[in-house]
Amino acid sequence: MQNEKTKRLRGARILIETLLEQGVTDVFGYPGGTVLDIYDELYHARRRLRHVLTAHEQGAAHAADGYARATGKVGVVIATSGPGATNLVTGLATAMLDSVPLVAITGNVATSMIGRDSFQEVDITGVTLPITKHNFFVQDVCELADTIREAFAIARSGRPGPVLIDIPKDVQQALCVFRPAPPAAPRSLPQSKEAKLDRAAALIEKAERPYIYIGGGALGCGLGEAVLALAEKLDAVVGCSFMGLTAVPTDAPRFLGMQGMHGRYAASAAFREADLILGVGVRFSDRATEGLPALNDRATVIQMDTDIAELGKNVPVDCGLHGDLRVLFLLLANRCAAQSHPDWAARVQALRSREAALLASAESAGETALTPQAMFRVINALRDPQTVIATDVGQHQMWTAQFAAFRQPHTLVSSGGLGTMGYGLGAAIGACIGTGKQTLLITGDGSFGMNLTELATAVTERLPLVILVFDNRSLGMVRQMQQTAFGGRLAWTDLSARKTDFVRVAEAFGAKGTRAETPAQFKKAFAAALKEKTPVLIDCRLDPELQAFSPLSLEEV
Amino acid sequence: MRNVIAVYVENKYGVLTRVAGLIMRRGFNIDTLTVGETENPDYSRITITMQGDDYVRTQITRQLKKLHNVKEVKLLERGDSVERELLLVKVKNSAGTRSEIMTAADVYRGKIIDYSTDAIMIEVTGEPNKIQAFIDVLRPLGILEMCRTGVVALQRGSEALATTENFC
Repeated sequence: MQNEKTKRLRGARILIETLLEQGVTDVFGYPGGTVLDIYDELYHARRRLRHVLTAHEQGAAHAADGYARATGKVGVVIATSGPGATNLVTGLATAMLDSVPLVAITGNVATSMIGRDSFQEVDITGVTLPITKHNFFVQDVCELADTIREAFAIARSGRPGPVLIDIPKDVQQALCVFRPAPPAAPRSLPQSKEAKLDRAAALIEKAERPYIYIGGGALGCGLGEAVLALAEKLDAVVGCSFMGLTAVPTDAPRFLGMQGMHGRYAASAAFREADLILGVGVRFSDRATEGLPALNDRATVIQMDTDIAELGKNVPVDCGLHGDLRVLFLLLANRCAAQSHPDWAARVQALRSREAALLASAESAGETALTPQAMFRVINALRDPQTVIATDVGQHQMWTAQFAAFRQPHTLVSSGGLGTMGYGLGAAIGACIGTGKQTLLITGDGSFGMNLTELATAVTERLPLVILVFDNRSLGMVRQMQQTAFGGRLAWTDLSARKTDFVRVAEAFGAKGTRAETPAQFKKAFAAALKEKTPVLIDCRLDPELQAFSPLSLEEV
Repeated sequence: MRNVIAVYVENKYGVLTRVAGLIMRRGFNIDTLTVGETENPDYSRITITMQGDDYVRTQITRQLKKLHNVKEVKLLERGDSVERELLLVKVKNSAGTRSEIMTAADVYRGKIIDYSTDAIMIEVTGEPNKIQAFIDVLRPLGILEMCRTGVVALQRGSEALATTENFC
């Protein structure tokens, strides 16, 4: 009789047991030749582990990503070798750029067949080297369990990210003793010295126009309330990068919203005028700081991040702090004394008034036609604040960033760093499964056209998904760049010759579909859609000439 | 500015590709790279020389440290460390150049390690600039082929980049 604790199991079964051990309840994937053993074990484990079949591996990768962003858990995706594995590439790069914890499992040909250009063989660890936090090629079944445990620890720890494990077929079939082990505790991070915190506090003390700039790191560490409290103490304002959205409620009094190329006027202007910028879990990316004069000429910059390599990577900093961001931020906040800056507060108030005026004038164009502002008034009024909004990439995404009201952290699921068109539907499916709640997808006709085949997944899983296609018959974001920078030559961004009927597309997949061409129609359709328990699509017809410029650039033009 | 970077890595699948790939995709150029086992066969030591200002030095050190298989990274300062490179060079052997080749090899403390009627092979070790100077001397005498190892370097004194017990 074999002892229960030292049972010899096949590699594929060890994989399943280790996933369960890590607390995994849902996986996304697509079967194939080199993962047959894994799929057979998934079949046996189907009551313990939910597998969601997508229509395409890319959709599975985005679903695992959306699942992770919405729940904070590690997303898991499984794909076969060769094309299955390469179809994960865009999903892994998306997760890498936005620091999303993912574990991707790929099958590969048997070790004896590796390196011979065997059928569906690809060197996926080589391919994904630059777009994973780390990856593994498992050659020995006895290393499999610990490799998977290590992969989860890496994906979760410090600055999160995707990890890929490539498991050859013979390793899945080989036997090894399996010894269960609890998930590893989070690893502690090296931390900046106390003296550096003192230095940062001293710099803050000299500030007259303080601006706290938060990013995805602040969101990931749940620092929203602490940031607002520090802003209150310092009489400072708060702005965010795209990835920092939802960290603090949109209507928080000291919050100016997203800054940058497509950001809010007041946030971008305040960032430009501040004399002290405290960056919290933010990499000062080009899109968020572009077009603004060199920071250090006018402001003292303090940057704090989990990842030491981010300090000073994109902009020079006067003081960089690294370590556990939450611990670090609270230590720094404790060192800061209360401040008062009535002039700065008055200036910010003036910027806010100017923003309101700019927004009002930008909207006066259409009263009867559908506009993004009008749509978001409806969405903000009717949507449960807990409902996750997933987006694709383009104008609709920037309108979401500018106009959607967020009250809960992690209620926006969107590809920031990589800007992945085609991300939204898969991600919305993952978020919907992860939260178990109705999820809203805001997409565009261009992005949606890329991966709309995942409607099949949403229908199969009977997901309460509300899909709003911001349909302007064009690749709007690129189109507006062509209009401003390329003499209005619309090189393949006008999609009006396409005759895709998204309502009938939804119906063909077995979902419901309606169309809205006016604010009144949209309100009615959206209210009805929120009552549905299965996928419903609203084709929202927008004027292709609408632009998603930031009010800041409107003023500069 | 020339930098010498010592990288202590786990002897794992693909580790050299990870290190070299990271430097490439961050847009930096490697001048030389050497790799070999350490006193503990589970770990290897990579020595990289590359050009770069303070920004490059800081970025490359911090980015390398993020790699899972990299255990320690250190910039070796010139006065504080010893650098060596090995050169094997084959030159044409002819009555007219033979004595000059022998003299040069002698002055540069090279060793003749292969000799035939039409070629002489010399081994020289030293700092990279000494190697370069020797090559410059030989060049007009007819170099047939040559091979440089790239730089290996160690910090002076008792301090070690990493001791294996840190990781075992």
